Order: sequence, then structure tokens, then C-alpha cells
Amino acid sequence: MGLEELVPDGILTTTVEKMVNWARRSSIWPATFGLACCAIEMMATTASRYDLARFGAEVFRASPRQADLMIVAGRVSKKMAPILRRVYDQMPEPKWVISMGACASCGGEFNDYAIVQGVDTIVPVDVYVPGCPPRPEALIYGIMKLQEKIDRQRLKPALPDPMPADPTPADPTLADPTLAATAPAATVPAEGTGAA
Amino acid sequence: MPPDRNDMSAIATTQEPDATGTTPEFNTITINMGPQHPSTHGVLRLIIELDGEIVRSVRPVMGYLHTGMEKIMESKTYTKSLTVTDRMDYMSPLGNNMAYVGAVERILGIDVPDRARTLRVILLELTRISSHLVWLGTHALDLGAMSVFLYCFREREKLLDVNDMVAGSRMTPSYFRVGGFYQDVPDTFVPHVRKFLDEFPKALAEYQNLLTKNKIWMQRTIGVGVMSGEQAISLGCTGATLRGSGINYDVRKAKPYLGYETYEFEIPLGKSGDVYDRYLVRIEEMKQSLRIIRQGLDRLKPGPVRSDYPYLFPAKREDVKSGMEELIYHFKIMSEGFRVPTGDAYFSIESPKGELGFYVVADGSPNPYRVHVRPPSFIHLMALEPMAIGRLVSDLVACIGSIDIVLGEVDR
Repeated sequence: MGLEELVPDGILTTTVEKMVNWARRSSIWPATFGLACCAIEMMATTASRYDLARFGAEVFRASPRQADLMIVAGRVSKKMAPILRRVYDQMPEPKWVISMGACASCGGEFNDYAIVQGVDTIVPVDVYVPGCPPRPEALIYGIMKLQEKIDRQRLKPALPDPMPADPTPADPTLADPTLAATAPAATVPAEGTGAA
Repeated sequence: MPPDRNDMSAIATTQEPDATGTTPEFNTITINMGPQHPSTHGVLRLIIELDGEIVRSVRPVMGYLHTGMEKIMESKTYTKSLTVTDRMDYMSPLGNNMAYVGAVERILGIDVPDRARTLRVILLELTRISSHLVWLGTHALDLGAMSVFLYCFREREKLLDVNDMVAGSRMTPSYFRVGGFYQDVPDTFVPHVRKFLDEFPKALAEYQNLLTKNKIWMQRTIGVGVMSGEQAISLGCTGATLRGSGINYDVRKAKPYLGYETYEFEIPLGKSGDVYDRYLVRIEEMKQSLRIIRQGLDRLKPGPVRSDYPYLFPAKREDVKSGMEELIYHFKIMSEGFRVPTGDAYFSIESPKGELGFYVVADGSPNPYRVHVRPPSFIHLMALEPMAIGRLVSDLVACIGSIDIVLGEVDR
């Protein structure tokens, strides 16, 4: 029908948005951010039996500047929190965060003076993977969910940082670009209204 | 005033004059390694002073994974505290379980039934192999041998299947209880372990093919990180880090627990105390563990796995549904837990990392009054500086791998 008949074999037509999203979802490079027990399960996910390479996400980068995804694998202590944020800031856009395990998601078993009660207080989290530690299947499922999320992304000017350095009131439309894309522009609060 | 350990500028200028009154001539630069670094086995941070590529000093900075475990155990019942111990040295969760329940059992003055003792030995040795496999894989990965990691994790998955089978969790089983086990192992346990025993020697031969006579591996490890026996003792090293230096000390032989004295096995010893010797010691330890597991399986007889000591375990499910007394008991043991009489005890085991000890103080309440851990990793970290000084930076990575630390245990 139409255009495809005119082009020679071996050429497909698609939208730029779909193609970019396909490229991004198929080569998610995680930064090695192993903290505790979950890091060992994260290693097991990349190793022989579970083979994360099937989903294009096995190239763990030691440098955050080469990574798209930060898998926060383990409990984040209050001493570690600034470093975690710094590593996140060093990652180039577009970037995603998976909070792996109960400790990273909500503090888990360790509700005490030392552990950050949920890594989403420091960085914006895209996917939460439950478990203590999550099984490799669970982490793979989390990565597949992230891929679905990337598929829905729009190519448009980047929104302001959902978690800037100085705390401003959270707005759900800012945390999720897809929400803002579908919502009318009027729901984004004007500057200064939230703080007052 | 002593220099601030976290202040790098202060460290760079603390060149003290030596005995002759002259300051050392080398110009050092201070660099920071970690806490986010792939070969620090977690979140270890090292402040290294370098003269060119020669390491002049190594200062570990700890606490990036501090979880407050000892404190949080004070607010949990004895059974709930058990789950915290799993997450300390997460390579050998059952080892931590054993040291903890051993200390509590010592306060209570109870002994577990024969079947439970034998099962514990089998599971502890399986855990030792699984921990050594992670060590071998990551140690080789640090030194540039990627494929060993994939081979090691292939075998380790089979051991995690055992945990999955007996406790329903791969990595944090919390399978041991004060007084034995909550449940016996399933029928599939023994055939699965026997199959593993048949398969594993072949896999072990594969690892050794890849590494033991590998020229690059030998160049990276022989003569690196040498530590003499006296030095190792004075630093408080235990486990393979001590035995690599030729000192024959193994808690399983020195202070036997769980009837280890009735098993036949040898303690492998190194000669020169370098990274290569520690590697050989751990490989040999895995073979000895196989021997112990085989003997354990042979003497495994049917029988109870729970101690007779009253009020440790929940009542039977059927009784809870029919009897009022059992229902009340069930409610009490689930909500409040059992009480441990006033007393204290120290119990140490030979964990895969070294001597792991738990000191538990009980005050008659359902929660421990105080729990203190003697973590081998924390103590071995102190051995890093004497090993690495005067060597290249790349050797430092080999040294970190060879002392087999896990940061969950260092920081707790």
C-alpha cells in the first residue's frame, strides 16, 4: 500500500521516534552500581544461566558516562547517598533507574538510622523490582518493563529535571514524561505557585 | 593533631622526616579509588598514595554500606534477627545463620538432633563452595579473565537451587533456626547434592585448566601481596588468608563445632603467602568440602530436625486448627517469640572468609540485649596495606581479590 511498493526490497519505513526508541530499548547499558546482596543477583542475571545479553542489557559499564541505566542493587546507606546522586548526575541523557530489591525501593528490612528509606528520595526511579533479593527472573522482568516504558517515550525537548538539586514540590506529570505528553499543558503549575 | 582521614589534601602533605632527618624524596599523588569501582567488591573506598605507579600507602574508608545490623537485631526477636544475619555476608548466608544460632543455642545450653547437625554440616560446606565460586569468578574478572566468571556462576546456580529447594529463597534462605530446622529437607535434596558431587570435580578441573598454569594468571599472582605467617597472625587474619601463609589454623579443627572432629578432611596450606597461594588454598578447600559433604550424606539418617527444648518452634498446623492451647501458643510464639535466659555466649565458625564469631548477650527477654560480630572481612581489610605497599596499582586489585572481603560484612 502506497510508499512501500515504490521502495526496493530490504527497506522498511518507520517513524524516527519508533526507530530511536527501538535502538535505545535494545541496548540499555547499565552502570555497575552494585551495593549489597542484590548486586550478586545482578551478576547472576548477567552470567551463564540467565544471560541478560538476550535483552541487550549485559554490557555493564564501569563509567557512568557510558551508561544509560542505573540498577540500584542493594541498600543505600546515608553515607552512600550523595555518591549515588553524583553517579546519576554523571550519566548522560537519556537515563533510567531501576530500584532493585526491597532495600532500594523502601528501606526493606532495615528501618533504622543508617539506611535511606527508598532510593526514590534521591533519584527518580522508573521501575521498582520487589524481592529480597529479587530473583534474576524478576530483574529481567523489570528490564522488560523498562523497555516497554522506553517504547512509549516521545522525542521532544527534554523536560526540566524532575528532581533538581534544590527541593521543589513534586508534580506527578514531571516525574513521568509520558504523562505530561498526554496531559494538557495547563496542568503543569506555573513557576512559584507550588512553593507558596 | 592527626590528619583527617577523609581530607585528601591533608594526607598528601604528611611526609614525615625519616630517622636521618630528611624527608623522603618521592613525590606522591593521592588518588581516590571507589566507593563506586568495579573491582572493590562492593562499596569499598581506598585512598591510595602513589609514587608513579608504586603504592606508598592504602587507607580504607569504610561505612558506605553501614546498615546498623547489630543495633537493629536488638529490636527484633531471636528468630527475626536471624534474617538480618543472612544479609551480612551474603555470599555465605548459612554460615552467618550458623554462627548466630550457635551462640543462642550455647546460651540456652541445647544441642540439636543428629540429623540436624549432619544437615547443617552439608549445607555449610555447600555454602563454602558457593562463596568460593563467587570469589574465584570475581577475582579472575578483576585480573582480566572474563570467562572464569561465567563458568563459576554456572556451577553456583546449582548450589543456589539447593537453597531454593530447602528454603524457597536463592540467596537469603534463613534456613537454620535456634534448635535445628523449621522443616526437614525435601526428598529431592539428597539426589540433587549427590549429582552435584559427581559433576563438580569436572568443573573444578576446568577452572584449574583455565587458571592454575595460565602464564598471565601466574605473572599477576605469584609473588604479589606476600604476607608472612607472623604478619598474618599479628594482623588477626584467619581463614584462607592466614593459611595461605602456611599457618595451620582452622576453626573446624581447632574448636570443632557440629561434630566436625568426626569428619575426615585436610587443611590445605600455602607456602609463600602470596596471592597465588591463597588461590590454591581456596581451590583445595573446595575439594575438601566435597569430601565432607560426601561423608555427611553417607551418615544422614532419618530422624527429627528440631530440638526437644520447649517453646522454640511453632505448634503443628493441624493442632493449631483444633486445640485452644495450641492456638494461644501459636499466637504467643509468632507475635512475641521465645525468651532466652540471661547469659552471654560467643560462638565462632570457619566461614568461607575466615573465623566468623557472634557474641550474643541475652537478658531474659525475647530480643537479644546485644549482638556483636567478629567479621573476618573487616579484619582482613587491615591486611591490605602491608600487602600492597611497594607494589604496583594493578597488584592492589589482585590483593583486594585475594583477601576475599565482602563489604556487607565489613560495614554491617
